[in-house]
Parts: sequence; C-alpha cells; structure tokens
Amino acid sequence: MTNLTKLTLSDARDGLRGKDFSAVELAQAHIDAIGQAGQLNAFVTETPDIALEMAARSDERIARGEAGPLEGVPLGIKDLFCTKDTLTTASSHILDGFVPAYESTVTANLWRDGAVMLGKTNCDEFAMGSSNETSYYGPVINPWRRASDGAQLVPGGSSGGSASAVAARLCLAATATDTGGSIRQPGALTGLVGLKPTYGRCSRWGIVAFASSLDQAGPLTRSVRDAAIMLTSMAGHDAKDTTSVDLPVPDYEAALTGDIRGMRIGIPKEYRIDGMPAEIDALWQQGISWLQDAGAEVRDITLPHTQYALPAYYIVAPAEASSNLARYDGVRYGLRVPGDDITDMYENTRAAGFGAEVKRRILIGTYVLSAGYYDAYYIKAQKVRTLIKRDFEQAFEDVDLILTPTTPNAAFAPGEITDPVTMYLNDIFTVTVNMAGLPGISVPAGLSSDGLPLGLQLIGKAFDEETLFRGAGVLEEAAGFDAEPDVWWA
Amino acid sequence: MSIDQATVRHIARLARIRVSDEEARQFEGELSSILTWVEQLEAVDTNDVEPMTSVIEVDMKQRRDEVTDGGMPDKVVANAPERENHFFLVPKVVE
Amino acid sequence: MNERAEAGRQAARVHGATGDWEIVIGIEVHAQVSSKAKLFSGASADFGGEPNDHVSLVDAAMPGMLPVINEYCVEQAVRTGLGLNAQINLHSVFDRKNYFYPDLPQGYQISQYQQPVVGEGAVELDMPDGSTVEIGIERLHLEQDAGKSLHDQHPTASFVDLNRSGVALMEIVSKPDMRSADEAKAYVSKLRAILRYLGTCDGNMEQGSMRADINVSVRHPGEPLGTRCEIKNVNSIRFMGQAIDYEAHRQVDLLEDGGQVVQETRLFDPRRGETRAMRTKEEAHDYRYFPDPDLLPLELDQAWVDQIAGSLPELPDSKKARFVEQYGLSAYDAGVLADDKAAADYFETVASGADPKIAANWVTGELYAALNKKGLEIEASPVAPEALRDLLGLMADQTISGRIAKDVFEIMLETGEAPLSIVEARGLKQVTDTGAIEQIVEEIIAANPDQVAEVKEKPKAIGWFVGQVMKASQGKANPQAVNDVLRNKLGLDQT
Repeated sequence: MTNLTKLTLSDARDGLRGKDFSAVELAQAHIDAIGQAGQLNAFVTETPDIALEMAARSDERIARGEAGPLEGVPLGIKDLFCTKDTLTTASSHILDGFVPAYESTVTANLWRDGAVMLGKTNCDEFAMGSSNETSYYGPVINPWRRASDGAQLVPGGSSGGSASAVAARLCLAATATDTGGSIRQPGALTGLVGLKPTYGRCSRWGIVAFASSLDQAGPLTRSVRDAAIMLTSMAGHDAKDTTSVDLPVPDYEAALTGDIRGMRIGIPKEYRIDGMPAEIDALWQQGISWLQDAGAEVRDITLPHTQYALPAYYIVAPAEASSNLARYDGVRYGLRVPGDDITDMYENTRAAGFGAEVKRRILIGTYVLSAGYYDAYYIKAQKVRTLIKRDFEQAFEDVDLILTPTTPNAAFAPGEITDPVTMYLNDIFTVTVNMAGLPGISVPAGLSSDGLPLGLQLIGKAFDEETLFRGAGVLEEAAGFDAEPDVWWA
Repeated sequence: MSIDQATVRHIARLARIRVSDEEARQFEGELSSILTWVEQLEAVDTNDVEPMTSVIEVDMKQRRDEVTDGGMPDKVVANAPERENHFFLVPKVVE
Repeated sequence: MNERAEAGRQAARVHGATGDWEIVIGIEVHAQVSSKAKLFSGASADFGGEPNDHVSLVDAAMPGMLPVINEYCVEQAVRTGLGLNAQINLHSVFDRKNYFYPDLPQGYQISQYQQPVVGEGAVELDMPDGSTVEIGIERLHLEQDAGKSLHDQHPTASFVDLNRSGVALMEIVSKPDMRSADEAKAYVSKLRAILRYLGTCDGNMEQGSMRADINVSVRHPGEPLGTRCEIKNVNSIRFMGQAIDYEAHRQVDLLEDGGQVVQETRLFDPRRGETRAMRTKEEAHDYRYFPDPDLLPLELDQAWVDQIAGSLPELPDSKKARFVEQYGLSAYDAGVLADDKAAADYFETVASGADPKIAANWVTGELYAALNKKGLEIEASPVAPEALRDLLGLMADQTISGRIAKDVFEIMLETGEAPLSIVEARGLKQVTDTGAIEQIVEEIIAANPDQVAEVKEKPKAIGWFVGQVMKASQGKANPQAVNDVLRNKLGLDQT
C-alpha cells in the first residue's frame, strides 16, 4: 500500500474514481506515513480519526457516483487555517488550546469538493519566517539532506510543515499561505510546486492574519497539474472577505495545454543580484532555453524598483502584523498569563505567548507606525509599493510571464542563518510578487551541486493564473524533475 | 536609524510586550540593524507618488443591513481563559 | 454674528480677578446609526441583550475574521452629512486606531482618520435672546463602538460584554466655536433635532445612542486658545451645562491661582455636579493610525449622493423659516417648535384649525409646562393635537373663555376627555346672555357703593368689578360682555 503515497494528486483522484483503491485505503496509507515521520515534525496536530471518517464518507459518495473534484484526496492543512473543532495554533504559544467554532473559507471549499484532512501542518509562528525555525512546536526538518555532509536542513518557511509533508509523501498536497514567499520559497527548497495566487483570488476569511494586504492562500503540490486542481477548489469569491474578488473561477487544469508558442517571457535584469551563486544563474539560463525551445519569445525587461521591494516589505508587513496581532491579549482565547492589573496581564501574556521573531516584527511594526515615524517609514514604503506595482504593469504591457529564480540559494541547515536581515534576503525574489499582488509559481527545475532541489519562478498578470499554469506546465515538462529524497526518517 | 533601549522599551510598552533587560539589549541591536537596512528606501524618488491603499483595483463590496449573525454567546466565550455567565473576565479595570 | 449674539457671548464670560475669561467649547458627538446590524458584522445593533449575545465572531475578533461594511450605515452617514450642509467626500478611507483595552477586542478600532466620509459643514443655532450663532462642523466619520466593561460585578475582576462592540457610530466633530454652556446645549439639541429629522440616529442620550465629549478651555478674549480638557460621561443636555460651568470655573480658578491646566480627560459626576480626572494612568497616546488593509477605500458615486440629497426631509431650519412665513410666528417660537419634529408636527395639527400664534403659545406654554411636570415627551402627550385644536376652537367661537379653557385643558390632561364634552357636562359654556350679566352687575354695584365712587374717579379700577362679576359667574361670563354692561351701568365711556 505504501505506493499509494507516491501518487500525484491527479493520479490518486483518477484511481479513486476508477475504484483502483478506496479513499479509506488512501487515507490510511498517509496516516501510516505520518506515523513514521515524527522526526520531520511536519504536523502540529494529526487528525487520523477525522481523516478516516471523511474518507469513509468519500467512499460512499464515490459509490453513489457523487464524487467531488477532490473526493477522497488526503491533504495537510497549514495550521494558519482555522478548522472547526480542531485545534488551530498558527504554531504560536499564544493560541494555546484555541479550538475555532468556524472553518476557514478555503478549507471549507476543499471539504465541499471531497478532500480529506490528515492534520494541521507546522509553520513559522504566525507565518513569520523563512526557515520554519520560529514555530513554538519546534523546527520542521526538510526530507532532503545535503549530499556532501548529510546535514539536516530547514524546509524553508513559513509553510515548512506543508512543504516537508508533501515532499516526504505524507500527504498528496497541502494548503499554505504566502505573504512574502512562504509558499514558493519552501516549495523551491523541497522540490515542490508552490503557487501563490493573485491577491483576492482566495478568500482570507478564517486564515490567521499576518499581513492582510499581502497574505494569500495557495497550494503546495508535487506537480503543476495538482496545483491547478487544488486552486480550482480553493479559489472563489467570498462575501465575507471584502478583498476577495468576484470573478469566475476557471478550470485551471484545462489551461495546461502544453502550448506556449508565441508566449512572451520577460527576463528582469534586476534579479541578477550581486553574489548570486553561479548554479542559480545557470539554472535560470537553462529555464530561459527551455521556454525558448518550446516556442516562447524571450524578452529582456526592467523592473527598476526590485531592490526596494524587500525593505519596503519589512515595513509594510510588520506594520500590519503589529496591528493584526493585537487581538492576542489573553482575554477571549488562547494563553493568559496572570498579572496584577490588566496591563500587567497583557504584557505577561504577550511576552510569554510570542516568540522572538514575532516580537521583533511587532516591535518594528509598532515603531514604523508610531507618531513621527509614520510618514518616513510606512507612507514611504507604500509609495515604493506603488512604484513596484507600476514596474510590473509596464513590463506586462510587453510580456505574458516573467521568469526568475525562486530563491538565491538551496536549503540551509537550522541555525545556519541567525542574522534577521540575512534571513529576510531569502525572500528577495518572491516578495516583489506579494507587494504587487500578482500570482507567482515556483516549479522544481533542478538540483544544486549538493543534490538539493532548486526552483524557478514564473510571475503572471493579475488574475491570469491560467497563463501562469500553462507556462509552469511547460517548464515542469522540460525540467523533468523527478528526484525524490531518500526516506531516511521512517 | 539606530534606536536605543529606552525606545525599545517604549514601543514594547505600546505593543504590550514585557521585555527583559537582556531582550531590550538584543532588540536594540536587531531593530537598529533592520531599521538601518530599510533606510535604503530614502534613495527612491517618491515625489508625486500615491501611497498604495489597495493592491487590487475593485470597488469595496458592501453588506445589506440585515441581522444575520450573533445569538451564540456559548461559542463566543468558549475559548476564554476566564469567563462567567457569558462574560469575559479580566483583571479589574479602574477608570 | 450679529450684535445681539456678541452681547450674549460677552455676558457668558467668567468674571475673574484678572479680568474676563472667554469659555471656548468644541464638542465631539458620537451618534449611533439607527441600523439593524453592526457596522462591519451581521450581529444585531440593538441595545440590551444577554451578555455577548449580539456578538459575531468578527465582533469578538476571533483569528482570521474580517470586516464587511454595512451599506446602510454608509448611507446614513452621507444623509447626515447632507443634513449638516457638509462636504461629502466621494473617496474616504477606513483606518485602524490602535490601543489596548479589554472592551476593544481587535486591539484597534476601525475609524476614519485622515480621509473621513464627510468634511466641513455648519449648524445654525437660535438662542433664546433671538440671536443666531453659526457653529462649524469639522468632520463626520464612521467608526466602531467599543464593548462594555462592568467593574462592579466582582471584587477583583471586570466583566466584558461585547454586545456594543462594532455598533456603527457617527462621530460628529464641531469646531471650537461655542462660547457658553447655553450655546453648547443649543448645539447638541440642534444636532439631535437634525439627526431625528433625518432618522439617522434616535438621539437618545440616556440610553447612550448619542454621547457628547466636550472640550473646554478658557482664555482672556483675543488670546490664543488655552489648554483644553475633554469631559466625558455627560449623558444629558442639562448635565452638559453643569459640566461646562464647573469645568470653566475650575480652569479659571486654577489659572488665576498661578496654576496651569493639564490636558486630560475628565469624567463628569452628575451627583456632585463636578468633573474629575480619570483615575486610569494617562499614557502618552500613540494610536498608530494606518489604513485598514482588510478594507478597500470607500468610493461613492455622486449620482447616488444626489439621490440621497433629493430625498432629505424638511429639516429644522427650513421648517422654522416656513413657520415664520406661513404662520407668522416669531423666529424664536418657530425655532423652538421646529427643533423638535414631534412638536412641530403637533403644532401643525393644532394650527390646522386654530389661530397659529395662539396655537404656538399653547403648545410652547401650557402643553410644554404640563408635559414637563409629568415628565412626558410630546409623543406621549395625554392631550392629542386634535383635542387641543378643538379646545382652541371653542375659545375662538367664544363658547368658552380663555380662563375656562385653561381649566378644561387641566381636565383633558387628567381624563383625556374631549373638550366639548367636558364643557357640556360641567356647564362651562360662556354666558353671553346680557340679561343674566346685567343682573349680576346690578347686584355688585348695589353692594359696593365705595368702589362705585372710586371708579368714577379712576376708570381703571373697573378691573375690580370685572373680577367680581367673573367670580360671581364662576368664570363663565363673557369678559367683553361684562365690560360693556359695567361701563354702561357705571356711566363710563365705552372703549
């Protein structure tokens, strides 16, 4: 049965429909795999009973011929998504014991379409991190190890648990969220497809907020097709989220025609940063060739404000976070540490409940919004953001997609990066996309000299995920990435 | 822009996060280096540029004035660390 | 500003040892939008309810919850802005005002800071001395109300109820244009009248659906503005006068003793009639306003605004002008009636069948006094406007005298009976039969030779005889007929 965990989501879907195996068997195979993968620390909460119950109902629906698009497909759910009656922590101590009375819109959409929940995946605390080292529940380990020294590595972040779980075949796909690269960067570091949709494509309702103007849900999968299937279910207008967009959701899988002839691909010169490893640059050049070979037309473009995206992000995101995280005050849910008076209680609770990175960002955010600094930091950053968006708008007058590397490096070891700014630089290629609200996808494209996966990123026009998927499908096909990590943890 | 420990303590107070002396020292360095790093934005000419207020260009949808929610005090207080008769309890506040 | 208003303002100054002090007042009114649901959630905005019953997961600020704006609240804010002759901003932005308090579950209040939905406007006040004063409106914006903390339920804990959390408020900020407690009271009364006419807020101050925070400072006339204190917890217009007078004198005493006014928030204690500084330690407020990223900018359509403008009811100022024009009322009477829609409607019903000036006098005189005594609003008047109209009709056709009318009115107040049946059942009809009056007159003349002699010298003393006749007729004699008969019998000139 272990081979059931090797299937892609689309193969499993077809197998279930063809009654090659049952949803319960599929769920059980993944439950067993999760049971053996404790070392990866990919899950905060495992929900095998719920999974088997949901799978049994899927089998009934399949038998009745009422299978939904994701019927019986077992998924990991990032612990940032509120799940009704199931512990939801955002990997933070401050949400100790929090059991929501509600289901996030995105997960509700998945369950509507027949998907099965295996558990809640670990992540950086409140999705703040690029290595999954900031989780209150401990770091997640990447199933990939360095060839040279066999060192254990981080899976990237913040959706590290989701990435490790999908890469280690603990689930067929997982939900994730991306505020500055938190889907694409761990996707690249674990050899997966990671999609951040256009801002507004998926509802944010019921997802623990980090930075409201940047957060967007998306899938981590083992193929572009799987990502298309997942997004088709996850996306859609939600009247409960004013920032979700009322546009029809296309059948994204149907966009995978494999034909990109005549498509114009932009190559932004500003992404060729100082000190970029040669192998990253080489992979990028390889990607350009693949797309050209498939009939695309490659054009040099300029995105002049690229270098300012990351510093602007580290003003906007912490500012929003400092306000979004004010609700964690020990009054209505989660951790409370007693105090002499109300202020004392707040300060004790929030001191104990938040980890160092979250505190850092709350403090930065509080500072940049405070009297006398607001214009110099926050307003300046939002102006820069306008310029970044304008850069993309101008570029997209001439091109259909933009190709860049996903990350400036492969996976690194826990503790290897301690300086916050150095850690932030991991998102240098992904964060621009969030700042402009655009869709971006990371496709595994090759291995580093140390045998670690590397990704290439395609960036699309707003709400044109179809073109993005089409390009990504061709890139995937050309790269033929079929490496898998050794199963050292089981 | 580097900030001192007094500033760290001031913003920590605004954010209602107690910081130890050691944390204040650590944050002083870290926050200063982050703030120095973001200062590169000063090089960008943003004259005549509007700050972004919304990354997508759509009109805000509005809700009709109908009572569609509420009536579930059990659920509202279910996760509260301290509650009594459907009230949340907090340390006494003096006005 | 006319001369009379200027004179009134000078009279309102505080006379201190170092000269006159001018009181400068600005008022922030929080008016609850009369909506069914809250500003950003579908929970009920009704007063009361069991603890945390009118609360959605959005109001309780559960993780991942998002605000969606109530279109009716936006419309009411625009309607109110139009009623205040104010600028409507077609582009406005919701901001977060960040601070920690147990009744503020999000850790921020969604409000409008730099770009409110309504800009500058003006309200005109009619002062009792007949002067008019214009008070500038700085802005009107929409914001969320906070929840409620109860501090007296438990020895060591406060109880938090979020039923009010997220209810839609309009904050209406005046310019510091008022110079006396009377102007402040007139301003809030006028604002309340406008809100009630528009139907955008019920204006109930006791229940808290309309609250006023009063900024008070003092200065010698012509000097720059002094340091102000904000007085909260003033929940009636009467208390507002007390609070302002107390606070102004406190500041004057402080300054004249060489002290300084500290900018602070003070609570009004209605039992003592005093203001006191809040006990909570005032920290330097730094609300860190920024645009709420969960919401998009609020974009309004000019055609939609015009449509609302076209649907506004007649407002107090136009009604007042019409009352002066149509009924010939004095500006003051017209203003008093027009400022209360219920009173204006009542008056117009009465005036439909009576002399308008007499109708106005009766409504603002007898009726108001009676209602005041009973502590009733005009909507609950035991005398319906039609009944008062009929009573005035009986007076007009001389069925009863003015004196009897007052007695009948008293009976109407107590019994709710129709005036004509009271008059008939109690035989209160006026006596116009000259024969009956002559008989009474003759008896009185015969019995009072001294007064007869006196009246011949001093014709004005006839009043004494009129009184005696009226008394003898139990008030039923027609006063004009009595006068005529008396003059005839006493040999005085007819007037």
